[in-house]
Order: sequence, then C-alpha cells, then structure tokens
Amino acid sequence: MAATEIDHAIVAAARDSYSQLVAFLTARAGGDFSAAEDALGEAFLAAMKQWPAEGIPAKPEAWLITTARRRLVDSQRRGETRSRLEGQLLVALEDAQELADSEADFPDERLRLLFVCTHPAIDPSARAPLSLQSVLGLDAARIASAFLVSPAAMSQRLVRAKSKIRAAGIPFHVPGPEEWPERLEFVMDAIYVAFNSGWETMLDPDSPDDGLAEEAVWLGRLLVRLAPDEPEPLGLLALMLHCHARRQARRGKDGGFIPLLRQETRLWSKPMMNEADELIRQAATRRTPGRFQLEAAIQSVHAARAVTGLIDWPMIVRFYETLMTLTPAIGARIGHALSRSEIHGAEEGLRCLDSVKGSLISEHQPYWVAMAHLLKSAGRLEESSEAYRKAIGLTENPAVRAFLISENS
Amino acid sequence: MEYMLLFTESAEELAKRNDPEKAPAYWAAWSAYAGTVATSGHMVSGAGLQPPDTATTVRIRDGQRQVHDGPYAESKEMLGGFFVIDVPDLDTALEWAARAPSASNGSTEVRPVLPPPPAQS
Repeated sequence: MAATEIDHAIVAAARDSYSQLVAFLTARAGGDFSAAEDALGEAFLAAMKQWPAEGIPAKPEAWLITTARRRLVDSQRRGETRSRLEGQLLVALEDAQELADSEADFPDERLRLLFVCTHPAIDPSARAPLSLQSVLGLDAARIASAFLVSPAAMSQRLVRAKSKIRAAGIPFHVPGPEEWPERLEFVMDAIYVAFNSGWETMLDPDSPDDGLAEEAVWLGRLLVRLAPDEPEPLGLLALMLHCHARRQARRGKDGGFIPLLRQETRLWSKPMMNEADELIRQAATRRTPGRFQLEAAIQSVHAARAVTGLIDWPMIVRFYETLMTLTPAIGARIGHALSRSEIHGAEEGLRCLDSVKGSLISEHQPYWVAMAHLLKSAGRLEESSEAYRKAIGLTENPAVRAFLISENS
Repeated sequence: MEYMLLFTESAEELAKRNDPEKAPAYWAAWSAYAGTVATSGHMVSGAGLQPPDTATTVRIRDGQRQVHDGPYAESKEMLGGFFVIDVPDLDTALEWAARAPSASNGSTEVRPVLPPPPAQS
C-alpha cells in the first residue's frame, strides 16, 4: 500500500477516535490523563513505522489501544508511573485484549472525560481549553490561537490542569444530573469559542486554516450524542448550523464583508437551516430555555427571511428580552437595542444602548459598531464618525475593517 | 507591564501609503487603531517609520566606520512602526496586537520591555 494511504489511515484514526482512545485509556489508567496521552502518542508513532510494512490492522483502534497499553506498562516498569497504577494497568491490558478479540465497539468514555475537565477543582480558565484538547485532540498552539493567549502560557495552563486532575484525585465519573448544566456550560463555551475563531478565519480568503468551525460543529454533534437529554447542546448545535449555513453569503465577489441583513438568502444552505430548526424544536420540547436555544431561535427568525422575505423584528425583540433575563452578557443588550431600532427607529436603539455603560464597553467592538450604525441612521454624522473610528481600531478582521472604513466614508 | 508592539508590514502594504487609490483606507485603518489605543489609556509612546529604503546603517569594525544605505539585511517584511503600551498582562497585549492592521497583512510582534538594569555602584 502506498505510504500516503497509510498516512491517511493514521490521520483518519486520529481524527475519528483520538479523544475516544484517550478517554478509554485515562479511565483505565487511574485518571492519569497525561500518561494516557503520552502512551497514545507513542502508539501513533509506532503505527507510522509498522503499518506501512505490515498493512493496516483490521481494527486500527484496538491495535492502537493495545500498543498504548504496552507503552504504559513499559513506562511503569521504568518507574516513570507510580505503582498504584499497576493494578489498573493490568485491567487496561485485559480490556484492550478483549477489545482486540471481540467485534464489539469499545465504550465511549468521552463524556466522563469532559466532566473531569470541567470539574470545579480545576482552574476555570483551563476548563474550556482542556475540554477542547481532550475531546478533540486540538494541539495547544491551536487552542492558544482560539483563545488569543501565548502558546507557551496555554501549554503551561493545560499541564497544570492535568497534574491537578491526578494530584487532587478528581473522580473519573459522570456526576448526578443536577450538576450537568453547570459543567456542560464550560464545554459549550469551549466549542463556541472554537467555532467563532474558525468563523473569523473563514472571512479571510487567504487563510489556509478554515477547519476550526467545521471541527466545532462536529464537536457540537458529538455533545448532542453524549448528552441527548440536555436541551442546551441542541441549541448550541442549532446556533452554529444557522451561522454556518450563511458562510457562502458572507463575502462578496470582491472578497468584501457582507453583513447579515444585506446577504443574498439564496446563498444560504437550506439543509443546514432545516436541520437547525429541527434541533430547536427538539430542544423546546424539554421546556427549559437557555442562552444557546434563544440565540439559535433569533438566528432562526433571520433564516425565515429566505422563505418569507421578511424579518419578524417584534419576535426577535422578545427573544432578546428573555435572553437578557438569563445572561448579563453585553451582546444580548446590543442585539436588543439593534432590533428595537428596526421597529421604533434609530433614536430608540440609541436610548437602549445608553443603558449599556461603564468600563465594559470601552473596548467592546460590537458595541461601537452598533453605536456607529445607529448614530449614522439617526443622521448624527459627526458622532457616528467618531464611533466608527473606535470600532475600526478595535477590529481584528481585515474584511470587517475594510467594510467599516467604507461605511464611514 | 510595558510591552512593545512591533508592526511588520509587507512591501506591498507599505507601498499603499503613497498609492492615491489605496492610501485613504490604509491611513483610515492605522489612524483609527492609534486613536483607539490612545483613548484606551494604554499608550506609552510610539511612532510610524519611513520605509527601509530611507535607512542608513552604521557599523564600526576593526576601528573603521562602515556606512551603508538601507537596512543591514533585506527581508520580505519590514518594520513599519511601533507602540509601547502599558497593560496588565501579556493576554491584553496580544489583544491589542491582534487589532493592529499589520496583524492581518504582515505581523505584530509583542515583546516585554526590559526594566532598567540595576544602578551601577
């Protein structure tokens, strides 16, 4: 078999089951997450050496588990792993052997791993990145880019969190249902950060890196599968799908940024919008509204423009009002002000924005974009120009920056 | 903590400064960015720089002066300017670095400013 085919097989195994393999090994290595990762890394290296010569095994995952388990035992013999793991490693050995022999799929331990990563004993700033790394196998550098911190600092944060898991003896189990919503929130935040950082790079046609949004959608699907009774993961997936459905419409022929209300709806993906709406309906049957469900519902009202040609602004205002009772997030208040202005005029929007004051707004780009837009609609051009300059100075994305500059001239 | 943001731009990007069609958008982006950093209260100092072909480089080797036109080494990305900002930590410095127009056209390097060395006795 050609070397590239082998590479593809290894990449595919890594892509599809890395997190499953890590979770499986961690569950059987007494929660030693780092040891499980190291062993699996070595197993992948071994695969790159052996598979080209021996062919791809019938059950690649089982092969990787067996190999990783051997590495764990080896490193333990060299005294690198503490002895209390010995018994558990033997269990892992037997499990792996059974797995290799049987036709059954191996158990999915990723949900348990997610709950470990979001345990209250772990530094809150590490929970979301750690979840991304453990479940998706994203490397520290990409996670660092998504959260805009230095890769060295992110690595350190992850390493500290992992040793805390081991040192504090954080249990590797699924907590009672009452703890689910709070823990899942960190996981959903992580996925949404990944989605948005991918979305931003997709605005840039020169960027070779447009995979993170797709990965986030994939993760969203995984979370729905792992926690099928929770409504918020359904909302998160629906929200991402609605945004993702518009990716073809966000840029003009010249590469320029096109804001939502000016997008051509025929470029939106119908199947994705339909899937998103179906997810929102499913979530609504649980009768527990949440932030992601509401944001998805707002996007669903926008999506309806593709069919009706109209936007039901009063409906959007009502969703934002409910959203503001659930979250103090500034984004909800900005969205509320903008949707009110669509019904009652720019001055009403500005009046709503007036209530959003304080240090929070001084460096909040969407606030200044909304401000600039409303002041311009109200004919207050001098103030609007000042707000545009502030928004431009806070913008990272070159297409959005160019758009704002042209709006201001 | 003080950090220096070094704005590195491509030759194409620097050329926009003197292109009648592209200069307005180029300067609009930079002046909005500089204005926003200034009003944020984080600005310590900073300046834009003339392009590298206006540079003159001096070296002393074996007691001899050597004076050259231009920068010491040619490179694809050129230093277009710098700010020194005072922010609580590296994460905040990175946020400001990402907002610089050079981040999407060239790069923005972030370096902690060295505190003054201890006084010599």
